[in-house]
Amino acid sequence: MKATDQQPTRSNPFSGLVPVLRKEAIHISRDPSALFFTIVLPMIQLLMIGFAINTNVRRIPTAVYDAAQTQESRRLLDRFVNSDDFNIVKYVFSEEELNREVIAGRARVGVKIPPDYSRRLLAGQSANYLVLVDGSDSSVAGEALNVSNAIALRESLERSLSVTSVRQALPIESRPKILFNPDSKSANFLIPGMIGVLMQMMTVLMTAITIVRERERGTLDQLYMTPVKPLGLMIGKAVPYAVVAYAELLILLFFMRWAFGVPIRGSIPLLMMLCAPFILTMLGIGLLVSTKAQTYQEATQMAFGTMMPSIFLSGYIFPIENMPAQFQFISKIIPTTYLIQIFRGVILRGAELQDLWQQGAILTGMSVLMITIASLRFRKKAG
Amino acid sequence: MQAIKTTDLTIRFGKFTAVDRVSIAVEQGEIYGFLGPNGSGKTTLIKALCGLLSPSEGTGTVLGMDCVKQADEIRQHVGYMSQKFSLYEDLTVKENIEFYAGVYGLRGDYLRRRKDDAIAMTHLEPYLDRRAGKLSGGWKQRLALACAFIHEPKLMFLDEPTAGIDPVARRDLWDLLFQLSGQGVTFFVTTHYMDEAERCGRVGYIYLSKLIANGTPDELKEIPEASPPGTRRIEIITSQTSNALAAIKRKSYVHGATIFGQSIHLLMDNQIGLDKVKADLAADGFTEAEMFPIKPSLEDVFVTLTNSLKE
Ligand SMILES: Nc1ncnc2c1ncn2[C@@H]1O[C@H](COP(=O)(O)OP(=O)(O)OP(=O)(O)O)[C@@H](O)[C@H]1O
Ligand SMILES: [Mg+2]
Repeated sequence: MKATDQQPTRSNPFSGLVPVLRKEAIHISRDPSALFFTIVLPMIQLLMIGFAINTNVRRIPTAVYDAAQTQESRRLLDRFVNSDDFNIVKYVFSEEELNREVIAGRARVGVKIPPDYSRRLLAGQSANYLVLVDGSDSSVAGEALNVSNAIALRESLERSLSVTSVRQALPIESRPKILFNPDSKSANFLIPGMIGVLMQMMTVLMTAITIVRERERGTLDQLYMTPVKPLGLMIGKAVPYAVVAYAELLILLFFMRWAFGVPIRGSIPLLMMLCAPFILTMLGIGLLVSTKAQTYQEATQMAFGTMMPSIFLSGYIFPIENMPAQFQFISKIIPTTYLIQIFRGVILRGAELQDLWQQGAILTGMSVLMITIASLRFRKKAG
Repeated sequence: MQAIKTTDLTIRFGKFTAVDRVSIAVEQGEIYGFLGPNGSGKTTLIKALCGLLSPSEGTGTVLGMDCVKQADEIRQHVGYMSQKFSLYEDLTVKENIEFYAGVYGLRGDYLRRRKDDAIAMTHLEPYLDRRAGKLSGGWKQRLALACAFIHEPKLMFLDEPTAGIDPVARRDLWDLLFQLSGQGVTFFVTTHYMDEAERCGRVGYIYLSKLIANGTPDELKEIPEASPPGTRRIEIITSQTSNALAAIKRKSYVHGATIFGQSIHLLMDNQIGLDKVKADLAADGFTEAEMFPIKPSLEDVFVTLTNSLKE
């Protein structure tokens, strides 16, 4: 045994990348149940959340107290019935009863038509009717308000224009057409964002756990004593999980398309390309988490901690435009914000690279930054 | 050139000094035993020598390379076996060996030869396709050694390589160390076992972060601090060791007594003659006891040094 000089003395910053990558791939293949759960759990989450959330308001339970009982009042009520936004669940005969229906929650909206409704209308005076709205659910309240105002407006316009009872079309009618999401389905709006958030959770958690597991078992100490370099170690670990993340992305897209019927207007390869820097950024965050966390539990908690801003400030649920300025700023530094813009762009609007290159560039910058910070912290820990 | 040389090497974690002005020199081809109670700084010193921790003060060289400036090169040329079993339990024996071979950048014919050598040396052949986690303790350590030695290092750091394995496996592992040492490999071995310390060429003893003894086992037994002034050590051979121990401990001229197998080691005033001890034991009914003067064992030395520092 001789010839130590035959050993290649390498000093490249990626030293150890290939063996680490190969080893990590073996780890993944040796634990099929873990792989199954990393892939299946987000799928189940997507299905559950996807079916549960529906912020579209339809058929609001409505109670009616028609004190007028006239032809005009019935015509007004017909408008409510036909609007599809309201569902008249009960006719009551006093104002107290109307109040009680709303308070008890049996109706979210109460409509009272006063006894003098027709009389004032026919006399050319302004008639009014009362709409009680249960404000405890803001989306219901908002919708109820809008629709009842619209009904009043339309009714009064038609009345003031049609001198006789001969029906005549309104001179101007606004017919809004909602582009890209014609049914205003909240699923279409939310699911691309949800996929982004699920991808984040999975990648951050997976990478954090793979390092923390090595620390817990003492293999990391052993690795530090070898010529493996932080970058080689990190990238070697990241690549197999990036592959898993892509597989997951495709599966989630498949579910989105076939379980929720959200059409994909843009190109899937573009989507996957723009995802790459995001996945890298998340792997960097996972690695950072792993330099802080000493145990599996800590790693899991921290990974979930990084989820909070991504859920609330990325525009996934709450539109960024409505946030106070300081939150808008935070949302700009959350990678998921850009991923969601990319997803919604490509999936819902069929956006192309020229529309989304900015988001792609920002994510690329973020990924370089995160991987650099993580590898610096890694070096510090090691040395 | 010495394999390891440190001068006043000091490592602090914040205010706590884990290694305090340690100066050692380890010759090439030597087996250096490093002993000390838990938390005395053994692992920390090894990490510093491999460039994983920077010394707060002092310097260290390993194979002639500076521990701080040439840490990368050092890692390429030394082998390290950590205190805890730290291989991948879900990888097979072969995959573990191949992983470390890859990490050290071995290729081609050299890789094949090194793999064959490592497997032949540790007799792991029958277990190549077994998961590392399914090996017994002794075989795990052999695998760890095979992995740490895959790149043919000139110097190996073994941090408690025999902790928790059975005596036969321990003996086998040491035989392996002697075999490699015969080929010129230097070993820096930490251990808590005195019989292992006795087998080392030279031994260092670290206590409360300070190196308090350093030399060959025989030298250490001669050092004056190991035998307090005016005392000497004798061994008493008797069939009733525990009863005899209880009886003799009560005598005023006895400073310390411990059982070693079928005998008692006594630290006593050196003015008292052996016949006095024999007579005292006979008076207590231990008539067949035989005794003769002995040198202290390594354990005696370390216990005495530790106790004198505690006072
Ligand atoms: N990274 C660290 N930060 C702070 N303190 C540390 C660190 N590493 C080790 N120590 C402390 O330094 C002391 C020496 O630890 P070390 O692991 O070197 O002891 P040891 O002699 O190897 O003990 P053992 O026989 O238990 O392995 C311990 O008190 C330990 O708590
Ligand atoms: Mg130790």
